[in-house]
Amino acid sequence: MASATAAAGARPRRGLVPGAGGRWTRFALRRGGRLLVSLFVLVTAAFLMIHLVPGDPVRAALGTTAPTELVEARRAELGLDDPLPVQYLHYLGGLLHGDLGESIQTQLPVGETIAQRLGATVSLGLLAFALALLIAVPLGVAVAVATRRGRRQRTSLGFASGSVVIGSIPDFLIGVILVAVFAVGLGWLPVAGREDGAASYVLPVLALAIGPAAMLARIVRVEMTSVLESDYVRTARAKRLPARRIHLVHALPNAVTATLTLGGMLLASMVAGTVLVENVFAWPGLGSKIVESIVTKDYPVVQGTVLVYGGIVLLVNTLVDLLLALLDPRSTIGEA
Amino acid sequence: MRALRTPVGAVGATLLGLVLLVAVLAPLILGDRATAVDTDDLLAGPSAEHWFGTDNLGRDLFLRTVVATRLSITLALAATGIAVLAGLLLGSLPWLLGPRLGRPVTALVNILVAFPGLLLVLCLATVFGVGARGAVLAIGFAGAPTFARLCQTLIAGVGSRDYVAAARIAGVGRVRILLRHVLPNIGEPLIVNATIAAGGALLAFAGLSFLGLGVQAPAYDWGRLMQDGLAGIYVHPLAALAPGIAVVIAGLAFNLTGEAIAGALGVTPAVGPRAWSVPVRTAAPEMPAPAEETVLDVRDLAVSFPGPSAPATPVRGVSFSLRAGESVGIVGESGSGKSLTALAIAQLVEEPGHVAGGVTFCGTHLQDGGDHDDLLGTSMAVVFQDPMTSLNPAMRVGPQLAEVSRFHQGLGRREALARAVDRLRAVRLRDPERAAHAYPFELSGGMRQRAMIGMGLMGTPRLIIADEPTTALDVTVQKQVLALLATVRREHGTAILLISHDVSVIGEVCDRVLVMYAGRIVEEVAAADLRDGARHPYTRALVAAVPSMTTPLDEPLATIPGQPVDPAAVPPGCAYAARCPLATDQCLTEEPVLVDGVACWRAGEPLPSELEKEARV
Amino acid sequence: MSLVFEQVSARFGRTEVLHEVSLEVPDGSIVGLVGESGSGKSTLARTAVGLVPVSGGRILVDGVPAGRRSGARSEARSGVQMVFQDPYSSLDPRMSIGESIAEAIAGRPSRGERTSEVARLLDLVHLDPGRAGQRPGSLSGGQRQRVALARALAGRPTVLIADEITSALDASVQGAVLNLVREMQRELGLSMLFISHNLAVVRYVADTVAVMSEGRIVEHGPAADVLERPTHDYTRTLLAAVPGGAPHPLTKETR
Repeated sequence: MASATAAAGARPRRGLVPGAGGRWTRFALRRGGRLLVSLFVLVTAAFLMIHLVPGDPVRAALGTTAPTELVEARRAELGLDDPLPVQYLHYLGGLLHGDLGESIQTQLPVGETIAQRLGATVSLGLLAFALALLIAVPLGVAVAVATRRGRRQRTSLGFASGSVVIGSIPDFLIGVILVAVFAVGLGWLPVAGREDGAASYVLPVLALAIGPAAMLARIVRVEMTSVLESDYVRTARAKRLPARRIHLVHALPNAVTATLTLGGMLLASMVAGTVLVENVFAWPGLGSKIVESIVTKDYPVVQGTVLVYGGIVLLVNTLVDLLLALLDPRSTIGEA
Repeated sequence: MRALRTPVGAVGATLLGLVLLVAVLAPLILGDRATAVDTDDLLAGPSAEHWFGTDNLGRDLFLRTVVATRLSITLALAATGIAVLAGLLLGSLPWLLGPRLGRPVTALVNILVAFPGLLLVLCLATVFGVGARGAVLAIGFAGAPTFARLCQTLIAGVGSRDYVAAARIAGVGRVRILLRHVLPNIGEPLIVNATIAAGGALLAFAGLSFLGLGVQAPAYDWGRLMQDGLAGIYVHPLAALAPGIAVVIAGLAFNLTGEAIAGALGVTPAVGPRAWSVPVRTAAPEMPAPAEETVLDVRDLAVSFPGPSAPATPVRGVSFSLRAGESVGIVGESGSGKSLTALAIAQLVEEPGHVAGGVTFCGTHLQDGGDHDDLLGTSMAVVFQDPMTSLNPAMRVGPQLAEVSRFHQGLGRREALARAVDRLRAVRLRDPERAAHAYPFELSGGMRQRAMIGMGLMGTPRLIIADEPTTALDVTVQKQVLALLATVRREHGTAILLISHDVSVIGEVCDRVLVMYAGRIVEEVAAADLRDGARHPYTRALVAAVPSMTTPLDEPLATIPGQPVDPAAVPPGCAYAARCPLATDQCLTEEPVLVDGVACWRAGEPLPSELEKEARV
Repeated sequence: MSLVFEQVSARFGRTEVLHEVSLEVPDGSIVGLVGESGSGKSTLARTAVGLVPVSGGRILVDGVPAGRRSGARSEARSGVQMVFQDPYSSLDPRMSIGESIAEAIAGRPSRGERTSEVARLLDLVHLDPGRAGQRPGSLSGGQRQRVALARALAGRPTVLIADEITSALDASVQGAVLNLVREMQRELGLSMLFISHNLAVVRYVADTVAVMSEGRIVEHGPAADVLERPTHDYTRTLLAAVPGGAPHPLTKETR
């Protein structure tokens, strides 16, 4: 109630709000600030991760049989003997120069390893994201329109149970099934790797996109259904506009606004999906690298990979928010 | 439980029961046989003896998949428990700490939520080490931010309710309010989400074990079995797929159950008075030719909705007509069917609502099955109650007006926009160019309602249907909007059908008033006579119950005892009889019809309260 | 037995929504507070019960200053209770109406005392005490407002604040609640701050009327004076806008 009063007080009572463009800029600045804070939290967490490992991380990485001198030498190389604040400053300083440290196992610079593999992961993720959107948005909209106000109960039930079933299948299992059918059984497509060009992309992209597409289609349908019940869609009907225009011009943009707000989460889950799917398809990306590094306790590599993954997610989330603010100016005022 | 009666719920609950039963029993009964090594039968394919084949030690894969249920489910539930508890604690903190200290907590949760769960799991797995315990902690804590965010949202929602404010005023402490008022009211959505999250945790575990980061040999869960099977996927895929199918079934069991409970709790009845859109066409009844100047003629209009037991009929046979330039009001309390009558006339009642009876608008029978969009789009305007929600929030105001002319009058984009600006000027919006360029949220409530009326003026309206157009507005703005409607009527000869609960608003604008009760018109009276000349006991009680600026201060206000009629169970006889002080046996059995402007067997007889008043005078 | 606002200010973020408001609710009288949305009338009410912190000035209940900070327990016991607008949000759906009322009873009564006090309060607002075990879900809007009134009375308040308590109700039910409000004042000698946007409703229940606009009280006086011989332009505008006509001759011009 207090907030309602506040909103009423803040609402323009006479005349228009000045400067719509300025509002977007302010919003962008606020979002940028939040991105910086988030990145800082990410970097700090990644730095602390290595220090939270019980015992001596270098000893853990090299194994109990490694000679003590080697462990000592590696410790010194990694600067683990310095006081924590000094290490932290070194770490931050290194990051600013693009230095992500060195692998304990191979002594190769982490940055180089990541750079080699980043392209494979990003291309896989982007293609799958685009495919998921292309499947989910039209499907969700079509089902919402077809089943609104309790029509076509069977379609509604079929869509609901179908999407739950597909959403309950883990990405990597979809991958395994796809491999079993199309690569092993029918022999149409390569089983693994990235050497066969476009053909090698088909199965991994599908494996990554199908689950999130089912999830997103559900969300789009729910949002679209509630938008179709809104007062402004009733207004559009009262204007006797053609159904196409009501659905595509009046309803869809509002449904997509709400959907995209959740889209960040979708993207986050797809990034996670790449880790699993890359392992199924032996895809030479970051996902197979991070798992390998966790198993071999190559902490600097894990640290660097987590930073890159996290940074990508935060950046994309921010971009989505900014895009939304352009499409739907209301979203800039929600959180002031 | 109602949730289990839906097909989805029944399937989910049955599956969940089976999965839990297997989890409890399988290791007890089959545990030994699942670990029995048979070196003669390594990596065998499916056979009658080994349904899914055997692994590299000759162990039966079917039995191993079944026995793995317990570990897989236990781990998933443990991780979910951690996620819910940690999330609940973190989510309650902003409430307990108050707004100032709570804000950083909220911000932190918002940042954590943005990170992908699996990435957190991988980080935490690095810290806690590879193994089942580390995986439980990792998946549990990785799920916590999502639950924290959910709890924050739910708690903030309940916390803003007035009963929480009342408890604070009564001096109840924050912790006690959280335990007594807030948590019980967020329990249901929390349980639903926890169930669905358990399904998610199950998948996450399978993924982690599949990557070799979860359960370690000799222990095995479904993910572990899948990883073992993947190596031999070329030879026999079933070894990898079978445990995968188990994961899917168990995940489904949790998800379906959660969805079904959510569906049962969040039921929003699909039918109700706020039903609109695509008209249901029925054969038009034989209608007498309306008089020349009649704009709108309504005959035996009825609207019904299918109900759980019997269909509800909120509008039961309404007949009236409007002449050109006439202003008629429909007054009634909530549930009287007045808004639904307006929607039915505007052909905006949507399935499953069913409209019967006939509506003739400008000489055209609207239920003849033809396409009347151009006629309705240009000649009939509808203004709704809430100007805040009736304009498309993602579209500028100008184009929203302009599209009427583009689709019904064939104007180009630019001409249509020019007309929109002109119409916004006609409804006296200051700076119409700028208003046309604005988004609805940049306008005040009164300005939006003007824009809605302006939208109606894009064509040449013969009739404006205004459903509670000023209820959401302040009195001074209400006065301006009502004046605007009067101006439109005077300048364009437009007829106005004004729906309102407010007797005084109707009296100010209308020539004639239709009083509705329980889906019927019970009285038709000249607006000037509403206060003193009404004959129906309901109309008289309604007018007397509302204080005006001249109500005597030394008498209590009139009240109407009892409850309004349920549209699914309308009694025989007069619907108002149960609340009417004049009701006789006839009123209880025979339904009065509208004769000479009133539908009452005892119309015009003095009410007991009036007699009392006279006696006192 | 009085409530006094002394130059009370309040702000939401950077916006000041109350500007040094002074108002007195004297013992045993009903003060009507009218104004349009955003005028600050609800905020003023909320400062009195500690739901909104004041940024300046003070609030005296029976001459004792109420705490400046929100949510303090001491202040809650200072004898101001409130009834809210929305009957569907003002009662906890999971608590019986008896429990809701009992929670607000001052002191630490025994179980028996509590039961009899709840019964007495329900009877006072003309509800069957036998319904104490029912959940709010089975009550109509008007009945819920009666329960909310009973809960407010359970705290034995010095002053009762009624914030738009009839605006969500149907006309026929509104009449019954207004009758109850007048009866409470007559029989219990209750002091009340009665907030409404509806001038006719305020005229019917209030002894004096205060008019609020943009965070300030622009006029305050006996109801008959303010509503029939307004001195401030804003009051005149408000009166002129009342549909159906006010007794003041000004309204004639608007027709």
